[in-house]
Amino acid sequence: MRLGVLFSGGKDSTLALHLAAQKEEVVCLITVVSKNKESYMFHTPNIDVTALQAEALELPLVSVTTEGQKEEELADLERAIAEAKNKFQIDGVVTGAVESVYQASRVQRICNRLDVWCFNPLWKHDQKTLLETLVEKNFKVVISGVFAYPLDEKWLGKQIDTKIIARLVELQSQYGISPSGEGGEIETTVLDAPMFKQRIEIIDYTIEAKGNSGVYIINQARLVPK
Amino acid sequence: MILIVDMNWMRNSLAFNEFVLPIVSVVEPLEECMVKHFLEIDPAELCGYSKIVLSGTALKDHATLKQVDKFNWIKKYDKPILGICAGMQTISLVFGEPLTTCLQIGMTEITTLKENPLFQGTFKAYALHNYSVEPSQTFEALAESTKCIQAVKHKQKTIYGVLFHPEVRNQEILKLFVQINQ
Repeated sequence: MRLGVLFSGGKDSTLALHLAAQKEEVVCLITVVSKNKESYMFHTPNIDVTALQAEALELPLVSVTTEGQKEEELADLERAIAEAKNKFQIDGVVTGAVESVYQASRVQRICNRLDVWCFNPLWKHDQKTLLETLVEKNFKVVISGVFAYPLDEKWLGKQIDTKIIARLVELQSQYGISPSGEGGEIETTVLDAPMFKQRIEIIDYTIEAKGNSGVYIINQARLVPK
Repeated sequence: MILIVDMNWMRNSLAFNEFVLPIVSVVEPLEECMVKHFLEIDPAELCGYSKIVLSGTALKDHATLKQVDKFNWIKKYDKPILGICAGMQTISLVFGEPLTTCLQIGMTEITTLKENPLFQGTFKAYALHNYSVEPSQTFEALAESTKCIQAVKHKQKTIYGVLFHPEVRNQEILKLFVQINQ
């Protein structure tokens, strides 16, 4: 099966790509760039880095921009998947959905209309185990957004390792935050993964933070040999 | 030991994590379980299992519906069976009851029609299906949505079918099935 992966450049979509590539042929990445910071479906701080990640993965990127209004952005996602179907003859789409039936059912409906398969290889998986898998498989993942108490700017730019996982799990029991950020508490950016032919090096970044909300914006980055 | 049947189109498919593992993660803490793909089932071994759960599949996967002859063992197995989504559809076909078109994707309101050990009242459940069934000589309807029948039970046997996915929302239903006394 030829598949396109819905790719935000964060840990979940990159791990979904990793799993999909072990079983089927991944032929492209599909990215929706939302201008709306409140977008439920697509917003992520470093979405522009997906072009560099696609280059590192040596996979073509189908990228569409959306104003990010609730229903329009779904039409834009449909346009992106339709473009991937026409251009790369994909039979199916892969998402990094873990818990959100809101996101999963919307993608399922679009796939149904376009007559393509929809796969969610991380669906309902234990969040701590997902984070541990990333560390085990040598994914280099940095926290690029925090959006919930008691997370703050000290977390931004930190690489996910066993210590960070232990701390996130602690916060889950104390404050009920989802350790993998499934409720939008954390956003991440992947700088290296087993499928990357080169890794991403950050040259310049900016931290914008206020209280328990902040983003780590990558201003400039480049590919370097692994 | 409970048998969980992988109903996806092939063994070790990309859909395994999505439709089989979530069932395992609910069942395993309650009772030991074994997973087998539907093409690997040896009917002679089934007496060793206390119950059987048939998984769902991706929306475009109709493999089991086209290979109903691989499920003739369902008629002979005399302990509880629960078919989820494609599992329920396959069970219906095994007993010669036809499917009806009914597309539903996402959270759906389910209304219980008949008292049963798995659920009661009105609740929301995750739906992902193209087909349902009509009430028949073989099965009674246990629940419905505004569009179609959502759960059935064989009139004589402890064979249940749910069209919605209890492994996604309403995991309690799966736990109650594990605890059911025949």
